[in-house]
Amino acid sequence: MEQFLLSLIAGIFIGGAAGYLGTLMLSKKMALVAGPLGHLTLPGIALALIYGFDISLGAFPFVILGIILIWLFEMKTKLPMEALTAVVFASGVAIAFLFLPIEQAETALVGDISKISFLDTLITCILCLFLFLLIKKIYFKITLINISEDLAKSEGIEVKKYNLLYLFSIAIIVALGVKVVGGLLTAALVAIPAATARNLSKNLLQFSLGGTFLGVLSSFLGILIFKTTGFPAGPLIIIVSTFFFLISLIFKKI
Amino acid sequence: MSENLILKVENLNVRLENEEIIKGLSFEVKEGDVLTILGPNGAGKTVLLKTLLGILPYQGEIKWQKKVKIGYVPQRLPFIKDTPMSVEEFFELKEASKKGIKETLNSVGFEESFLNKNIGELSSGQFQRILVAWALIKNPDVLLFDEPTTGIDIGGEETIYTLLTKLKEKRNLTILLVTHDLSVVFKFSNFVICLNKCPICQGIPKEVLSLETLHKLYGEEVKFYEHHKH
Repeated sequence: MEQFLLSLIAGIFIGGAAGYLGTLMLSKKMALVAGPLGHLTLPGIALALIYGFDISLGAFPFVILGIILIWLFEMKTKLPMEALTAVVFASGVAIAFLFLPIEQAETALVGDISKISFLDTLITCILCLFLFLLIKKIYFKITLINISEDLAKSEGIEVKKYNLLYLFSIAIIVALGVKVVGGLLTAALVAIPAATARNLSKNLLQFSLGGTFLGVLSSFLGILIFKTTGFPAGPLIIIVSTFFFLISLIFKKI
Repeated sequence: MSENLILKVENLNVRLENEEIIKGLSFEVKEGDVLTILGPNGAGKTVLLKTLLGILPYQGEIKWQKKVKIGYVPQRLPFIKDTPMSVEEFFELKEASKKGIKETLNSVGFEESFLNKNIGELSSGQFQRILVAWALIKNPDVLLFDEPTTGIDIGGEETIYTLLTKLKEKRNLTILLVTHDLSVVFKFSNFVICLNKCPICQGIPKEVLSLETLHKLYGEEVKFYEHHKH
């Protein structure tokens, strides 16, 4: 029972933070960036599984590497960020499958939060709270940058600094996200609650709160269903999230 | 810099991606001036405004009056509809106070109830007025305005120019305005810079805008254009 509670708490915190950040990423048309970054973490996850240390810890250096690559690409080329992330995309999967132990492939690909330790849960919650505060601090500035970089610069906003903080937030959420939903599904963890909230909201407050709430709710229900059915929690969370998205289509404000 | 001078630009050169956009431009703006920057598409007008704002790299000298506050009204904000946002939230991005938002909205002719409107629901005229209010909210001394949409009714038979005239009086504004509409230049401004990468002419509109300079600025088709205007 206690183990289940730990999973539930960690899942809820990660889901909420991912949903919140997801709204910012969706506005910037970057919701999918978490996908390639998630894929790129796979070699790190593989190492973590082989040597028995924390998955997020293994994933983090790789996601930072991915972000540095994307950031450099964006500065050096005029290609849209989407295209750039595609460059990073498959390499992670390719490298990981060179040495990923096949019996642990499921954990790496779709996550496994069922055996999370107390310490791990504690660290996860602290990181998520820190992330909440960071996102809250940069939310308006990044929103203005999303609308128009020129306008933001004319207001004296240091665009590069805020973009870096923003990318750093993405790095943390991807590293935490792979714990819950694995390298393959991290994009869905940030993108789907935000997309659902987008359909249902009229303003920024509803949008950002909605994304957070739906992230929390999907993780909560997903992990609950995992407990009763025994199917892996990661895919269940994403399926629940998708279900909410489909419902939101009915109520979509035009 | 002499006392009532608000901006002095000397031998400004702007190169972007190895293309010369503005070449050898010098001019001065006095407090209370309405300066129009006139030129065809691709003449470097928007680039000039952005350079004056300090967004783009340049060579030469741009000297603003000390502690001058600048408000910027961009031409379009195509990405704004990617984020669901109320009018009030759009102003909150600028960390404006609630009182300031209401006052500024009133000064461009909106009721308080407008605050809850979704930005995406606004007509283009309404949106332009919101952008003006957004630029004005921190009480700037200078307004840089990129290509106000001419001819659209922004409500109550007002055009953006009657609104700007009113605001200018009330707030003691200096205005720099990009346009390619000649009627705006004559009716609204007291100084014009004709720009087509290189400066073509500058001075009081009635004195410097001869048919000859306009030919030089726009090419021959301007005759037809002018004919329609009058």
